[in-house]
Amino acid sequence: MNPMNYVVLSALLFTIGSLGVLVRRNAIVVFMSVELMLNAANLAFVSFARMNGNLDGQVVAFFVMVVAAAEVVVGLAIIVTIFRTRRSASIDEPNLLKY
Amino acid sequence: MTELMPAEGVFSLIWLLMALPLAGAAVLLFGGRRTNAWGPFLGILTVSASAVIGWIMLLSMMGNAPEERTFDQTLFTWVSVGDFQADMAFQLDQLSMVFVLLITSVGALIHVYSLGYMSHDRDRRKFFGYLNLFVGAMLILVLANNFLLLYVGWEGVGLASYLLIGFWQHKPSAAAAAKKAFVINRVGDVGLSLAIMLMFVTFGSISFQDVFGQASEASEGTLTAIGLLLLLAAAGKSAQFPLQAWLLDAMEGPTPVSALIHAATMVTAGVYLIVRSNVIFTAAEWAATAVIVVGVITMWMGAIIGSAKDDIKKSLAGSTMSQIGYMITAAGLGPIGYVFAIFHLLTHGVFKAGLFLGAGSVMHGMRDNVNMRRYGALMGVMGITAVTFIINYLAIIGIPPFSGFWSKDSIIHAAFEKNTVVGLLAMGAAGLTGFYMTRIVAMTFFGKARWEDDEHPHESPKVMTIPLIILAIGATFLGMALLFWGNIETWLEPVTGYAAEELPLPEYVYVVATLALVILGAVIAWVKYARAEVPVEPPHGSVLTRAAREELYGNQINDTLVVVPTYVAADAATAVDAKGIDGLVNGLAAFVAALSGRLRRYQTGFARSYALSMVGGAILVVLALVLVRAS
Repeated sequence: MNPMNYVVLSALLFTIGSLGVLVRRNAIVVFMSVELMLNAANLAFVSFARMNGNLDGQVVAFFVMVVAAAEVVVGLAIIVTIFRTRRSASIDEPNLLKY
Repeated sequence: MTELMPAEGVFSLIWLLMALPLAGAAVLLFGGRRTNAWGPFLGILTVSASAVIGWIMLLSMMGNAPEERTFDQTLFTWVSVGDFQADMAFQLDQLSMVFVLLITSVGALIHVYSLGYMSHDRDRRKFFGYLNLFVGAMLILVLANNFLLLYVGWEGVGLASYLLIGFWQHKPSAAAAAKKAFVINRVGDVGLSLAIMLMFVTFGSISFQDVFGQASEASEGTLTAIGLLLLLAAAGKSAQFPLQAWLLDAMEGPTPVSALIHAATMVTAGVYLIVRSNVIFTAAEWAATAVIVVGVITMWMGAIIGSAKDDIKKSLAGSTMSQIGYMITAAGLGPIGYVFAIFHLLTHGVFKAGLFLGAGSVMHGMRDNVNMRRYGALMGVMGITAVTFIINYLAIIGIPPFSGFWSKDSIIHAAFEKNTVVGLLAMGAAGLTGFYMTRIVAMTFFGKARWEDDEHPHESPKVMTIPLIILAIGATFLGMALLFWGNIETWLEPVTGYAAEELPLPEYVYVVATLALVILGAVIAWVKYARAEVPVEPPHGSVLTRAAREELYGNQINDTLVVVPTYVAADAATAVDAKGIDGLVNGLAAFVAALSGRLRRYQTGFARSYALSMVGGAILVVLALVLVRAS
C-alpha cells in the first residue's frame, strides 16, 4: 500500500478543516475543524515516519495530540464564558477589538 | 638696537601700575554696598598711586641712556601650546611711558572730579569701580609686550566702555548706546584677532620683539594685510570712518566717562596700536596710505558734524573724532609723523579732557541741560569754568603758545612734507576747527542769556574746578614742555623712528597760513553766534547743516548696509527653520499618521477575516518554500 495516499488524505482533511474554520459561524464547529486540521497533521507525520522508516514522526504526533488537548481545554473554557455572558456562540458577534 | 633692560629698582613695580587699579576695581565691585562710604576714595587712591609710581619711573628713565630705556618684566607664562607662546609680560619703553603718565594722571584728575560730579548718584561706588577697571585694562593695553596681552587690554577697555556708557541703565537710550558702542567695537576687534592670527602664521610668534624684528622677512602682501587689519581694529576703537557711528551716542554716559574714555584715553588706543606697529606700516606702503585716507576722511567728518550739533557733548565728540583723525593721519605719514601723532595725542588728552570736564561743569550748573541753544552769557556766572574752558579752546584751535599749536602744526607740516593735498586738507580742517570750537564757546559763554525761566546757573564746587584748573595749566604748558624740555622727537625716536624732511616752502609760511585760516573760522563763528541772535529753536539750515545734524547719515548708512541685511538674513533663517525644516519633520509625522490611519482599517474585529489572512500568509510561505526547493 502506497503511504503517499495517506499524505494525500491528510492534505484533503487539512483543506476541509481550514475551510471549516473560515466558513462556519458556530464557535464549536470552528473548533471541530481545528481538531480536524490537527489530526490531519498527525496523519501526515505518521505517514512520513513510515516512509522514512524511523519513529520520529510518531513521537511528534504524540506532542501534537497533547497540544490539541490543552488547546481544546482552554478554547472551550473561553467559549463557554463568552456564551454565558452573550448567550450566543457565533464568532462574528464579538467585534469589540474593531478600530 | 635697543636692548631689553631687566626690570630692577623702581621698574620692578611695573606690574603694580595696572594691578593697583584692577585691585581697586575688584574691591569696589565685589565688596558691594559695604564699601559705599569709602569706595570712591579708594578708587582715587589706586589711580593716584599708579600715577606717582609712573612719574618716578619717568624721572628714573630719563636718567638712562636712550638705548637703555626699554624695561621688560615677565610675570608668568600664560599660554604655551605647541609653538604658540604668550606670556603675561610687560614692556615699558618710551612710548608706553608717556601713555602711562597720560592715563594715570588725567585719570586721577577725572576720578577727583567725579567725586563732585557723581556726588548725588546712588551708584557712585560702582562708577568708581568701573573707572578703575577701565584704567587697569588700558594700562594692560599699553604695557603689554605681546599682541595677545594687548588684546586682553583692548577687550577690557571695550567692556569698561560698555559698562560706563550704559551706567544709567534705567535710561533706554543709554543702554542702546552702550550696546551700539560694543557691537561696532567688535567689528574692529575681528580685525585685531585676524591680524594676530596672521602674525602667528607668518612669524611664529606674537610678541613685539619677534614680530617687529622679523617684519622685514615677510612678504609685502602679508604685511599689507596685517596693516589693513590693524587699521580696521584702530578704526573701531578710535571711532574712525567707517566705524565712527558709536562715538556720538556714547555721550549718553556721565561726563567724566566722556572725558576719560572718549577723549583722552580709550579712543587713542587705536593710535597707540598703529604707532606701536610702525615697523609694519613703514614696510607696507598701501596700508599706510589707507591709514592716511581714513584719517583725513574722519578729520573732516568730525569737524563737519561738530559744527552743526546743538548738544555740547556731541559737538565736542565730533571734535574728538576730528582730532583723532589728525593723529591717525600723522601715523599714516610714516616715520615723519609717528612722533607727532603721539605728541598731539598727549596734548589733546589734556585739553580735550579739560573741555569735557568743563562741559560737565556747565551742565552741572544748568541742571544737566546739554542744549547749547539754551546756554549763553555764562561767562559772568561761571568764571573759573569759563576761563579754563577758553584756555583749552585756545589750545585746541592751535593758538600759540598753547599746547595744541605745537602739536597740530607739527602734523600739518609733516603732511605737507609728504603730500601737498593731504597738507591742504589738514590745514583746512584746522580752519574748520577754529569755526566750530568758537561756535561752542560763543553759544555757551557769550552772547545773550537764553536760559529757561527757572534756571539759576552757578559755579561748580572746588572738587570739580580744581581739576579744571590743573588741566588748563597742562593745556597751556604741556606743548612747550614736551617739545623743548622733553625733546619729544628724540625721546620717542628709538621706538618709532623719526625722519625730518624738507618742507617745500619756509616753515613760517605754513604757520601763518594755518593761523590765518583758524582766525578766519573763529571770526565767522563769533559774528554768527556771539554778535548775532542765536535762535532757541534750531533753524532749518542748509543741506550740509541738516546732513551734519544727522551725523552725515552715518547711522542711516549703517542701517542700510548692515542692520537691515542682518535682520533680513535672520528672518530668512527663521523662515527656513520654521517652514522648511520644521515643515519637513512635521510633514513626515503627518504622513506617518495618515498612513496609520489607513492601515488601522484592517482591524475589523472580525475573527474570520483574521483567520483568512493567516491562511493566506501560510499559503504564501509554503509557495515560497516550494519554489526555493524546486529551483
